[in-house]
Amino acid sequence: MRENNWFREHGLILLTGVVVGIAALVLTTSGNPRNMGFCIACFERDIAGALGLHSADKVQYIRPEIIGIVLGALLAAVGAKEFRAKAGSSPACRFILGMFVMIGALVFLGCPLRMVIRLGGGDLTAVAGLVGFVAGILVGIVFLRKGFSLGRAYPVRQGEGLMLPGLMVVLLVLLLVFPGKLRFSEAGPGSMHAFWAISLAAGLIVGALAQRSRLCMAGGIRDAVMLRDFRLLSGFLAIWVTVTIGNLILGNYNLCAVSQPIAHSQYLWSALGMALAGWGSVLLGGCPLRQLILAGEGNGDSAVTVLGMIIGAAVSHNFGLAGAADSVVDGVYKVGGIGTAGMAAVIFGFVVLLVITVTHLPGKEHAS
Amino acid sequence: MIDTRGLSCPMPVIMVQNVVRKDVPATLEVLSDAQVSVENITRFAHTQGYQVTVTPEGDDFKLTLTK
Repeated sequence: MRENNWFREHGLILLTGVVVGIAALVLTTSGNPRNMGFCIACFERDIAGALGLHSADKVQYIRPEIIGIVLGALLAAVGAKEFRAKAGSSPACRFILGMFVMIGALVFLGCPLRMVIRLGGGDLTAVAGLVGFVAGILVGIVFLRKGFSLGRAYPVRQGEGLMLPGLMVVLLVLLLVFPGKLRFSEAGPGSMHAFWAISLAAGLIVGALAQRSRLCMAGGIRDAVMLRDFRLLSGFLAIWVTVTIGNLILGNYNLCAVSQPIAHSQYLWSALGMALAGWGSVLLGGCPLRQLILAGEGNGDSAVTVLGMIIGAAVSHNFGLAGAADSVVDGVYKVGGIGTAGMAAVIFGFVVLLVITVTHLPGKEHAS
Repeated sequence: MIDTRGLSCPMPVIMVQNVVRKDVPATLEVLSDAQVSVENITRFAHTQGYQVTVTPEGDDFKLTLTK
């Protein structure tokens, strides 16, 4: 009986992890950059570029994976009668938090999901990101235990909950019908992508499964530490194991701390960037992937968070905050990473998160 | 009655955890507006030895935890 209960509680999240891992491998094999089958931060950054919000010409493309994830979550939520339009939980703070989660992720060069995918490719530089991500989550947990909350969301009209899915449909129409109005990379990661229908299908499947299983990278570690609940963490681990096995079979596994695809070996700043992303994700109630899923379920606050992340990506590239990958120039290995502006942005991000955290502890309410 | 409606994860289950660990009530009623919170609270309650009954109340759910 206990085994049946365990399987009932973990079966779907494990299946989701395996499917996300396989989808990531398929997308990479079909044209996406290596170790970037999925990356919510990178793909939202590419969308920002395609819309002309930044002018980094190597990272511009409307990524159908993002569109699929939101619409897949919407369809799954409607099918399960879980679509609830709600909003009003500190949307401005969530916008700013979304910006800094994105800035932190782009310093590392990947969201928490890509961090796991990088680890599954043998990328040991991502270990620094994992250490920072866990540390950031632990900081967030300290404040959750002190009573941190961004406040309640309230039921709103259905249209509010459909705003981000609607935006995703517009992006898909722009990609398929009016591509001339968009900017597309001719070189670099933005130019590397699977055929749009494969990307969209992968996104739809992952979005639907992630909605049903509640997959969340930050939630996995948070729940394991706070509640001794390892269900979400098992999804995180299933992705890691699946991608590792898949890369070993495909001959793409490269266990090494240098020369990794779209990664840099500035370990300290990788860790600090992901600490910023981890702490911000805990304050938001979920990682960048989870924000897309919640927005698909009708959560207007998560839709605002996603918009904040897209603007955060534009800011990252317009102000030179994002990490640059290690590269080989004229036969010489050149370490990438971030410059002074990126370092200042990460430190400023910690200050902003601390201010938002402290002002949302019990006893700091004014309006209510 | 603990009202967890409109709160982000993991606040609903933390609110229940705080009450259960502090007061160890024989019964506890919780109001939720999200299926994910219902699942999380139910899973936590089971680890603490509670039986959980979920009753729909309009668009919300009332969870009754009993030892």
